[in-house]
Amino acid sequence: MSLLSRVRTWLDDRFHWDDLIGPLKKKTVPVHRLSYWYFLGGITLFLFIIQVCTGILLLLYYRPGANEAFESVQYIMTRVQFGWLVRSIHSWAANLMILTAFAHMFSVVFLRAYRKPRELTWISGMLLLFLAMGFGFSGYLLPWNTLAFFATKVGTEITGQVPLIGHSLMVFLRGGEDVTGATLTRFFGFHVAVLPGLTTLLVLIHLALVQYFGMSVPPGVEARWKAFPSQARQMRFFPNFFLRELMAWYIALGVLGALAAILPWELGTKADPFASAPAGIRPEWYFMFMFQTLKKIPAKVWFADGEVVGILVFGAAGLVWMLLPFFDQAGGGRGRKFIMGAGVFALTYIFAMTIYGYLAK
Amino acid sequence: MDTQEPAKIQPVRRRLVELLLGGGLFASIVSAIYPVLRYLIPPPVADLGGDEVVAAKVGDLKPNGSKIIRFGTRPALLLMTAEGEYRALSAVCTHLSCTVQYRNDLHEIWCACHNGLYDLNGRNISGPPPRPLEAYQVHVRGDEIVVSRKREA
Repeated sequence: MSLLSRVRTWLDDRFHWDDLIGPLKKKTVPVHRLSYWYFLGGITLFLFIIQVCTGILLLLYYRPGANEAFESVQYIMTRVQFGWLVRSIHSWAANLMILTAFAHMFSVVFLRAYRKPRELTWISGMLLLFLAMGFGFSGYLLPWNTLAFFATKVGTEITGQVPLIGHSLMVFLRGGEDVTGATLTRFFGFHVAVLPGLTTLLVLIHLALVQYFGMSVPPGVEARWKAFPSQARQMRFFPNFFLRELMAWYIALGVLGALAAILPWELGTKADPFASAPAGIRPEWYFMFMFQTLKKIPAKVWFADGEVVGILVFGAAGLVWMLLPFFDQAGGGRGRKFIMGAGVFALTYIFAMTIYGYLAK
Repeated sequence: MDTQEPAKIQPVRRRLVELLLGGGLFASIVSAIYPVLRYLIPPPVADLGGDEVVAAKVGDLKPNGSKIIRFGTRPALLLMTAEGEYRALSAVCTHLSCTVQYRNDLHEIWCACHNGLYDLNGRNISGPPPRPLEAYQVHVRGDEIVVSRKREA
């Protein structure tokens, strides 16, 4: 008996290994012309794993603190062997992860994968997207460069505009009234402890739900399969789909490595809290559509501050978006049409506003 | 799994594909692990001014007194014997690298961690230390006391 099968027998004797992985063996993936969209969630997960690994590596040399953070990142990029690559991969994978998470989300909307019984899968996914954006926002500040310093100032200031709890929330985020070294310490704590813990937990829940309900089949395909059961195709998850997913991960790794090596992430100049903000201060691209909207809202809308109105509208839109699956069954086919409309509108709006934000001065 | 049967009917092409796949996988893993291993090695620290240092001013130390000074990146012990003679030694215990101290009651150098004792020339005389402390040269230049590494002959 080979060593591998002996280990397996040993485990099986104690944990009934085959029972444990049994469901995975039975799991199948529907095969149809839209199957490719199933890869996006997995790629996002892969990029998250990359983030955990490179994040741990960066922690070996990074020092939080207003006097040391910038220098330590500079040290990583100039003195540590392959430090530039590790940091560059961390930055690029962060951005690609948000991108694939957004793509995954919109594919779920347009393929109507959110519908009953997968409402909670959708909500856990939305929470994961918010956590990912929290990762992005907190991680952006950690190198303590000028761009990040002012982006954080603006971002936390916007939080401060939320009625009633805004100011307290802003002081909580900043660790004081202003963005200082105390903010950096907090963001560091959020970034390397709070958010990873929450995200890991939610990823497990999200995956368990996906596993429990199986893959959703788009309604059109589902109807056809019901009418002509002989057309229904399934692929075994393990090893057939798993190996395809692995290929997708491998391609993602290739793209990531190429981007990180050819376009290394810049560091910029060290933040000076007592210098004027330079031109071109902007947040990470995935906050751009909100940033640009807030810039365009007039200072006064009726009696309220424009900013406040903007934040409330975004908050309400976010909430509706998160509860999207619950509208699916509403009012005959009207709920479904509303969701499709909301999806097209959101995608167009985000796309247009992001481009506008980069083109406008 | 029965490995005997397929081996017989396995054509050469299959072996080639396996070789390419395995080789590609191996190369990918190596190209990921190699940078990480190199990354883990901390870059060397520049050892600035490690050979000579101004340790104190004349008059800072009284007979039978001592002072821990910074010598390069490590601590050193500057002491004045009861006879008024300067001595400088590495303050890193040769046992397990604690920082030693001058005991003016014993007129000896003592390590608090494991009760090691050295005489004023740095020789290990009792306790666990395996080797003497490295001795440094002391010069008085003007009103400055300069400690430097002994030149190897």
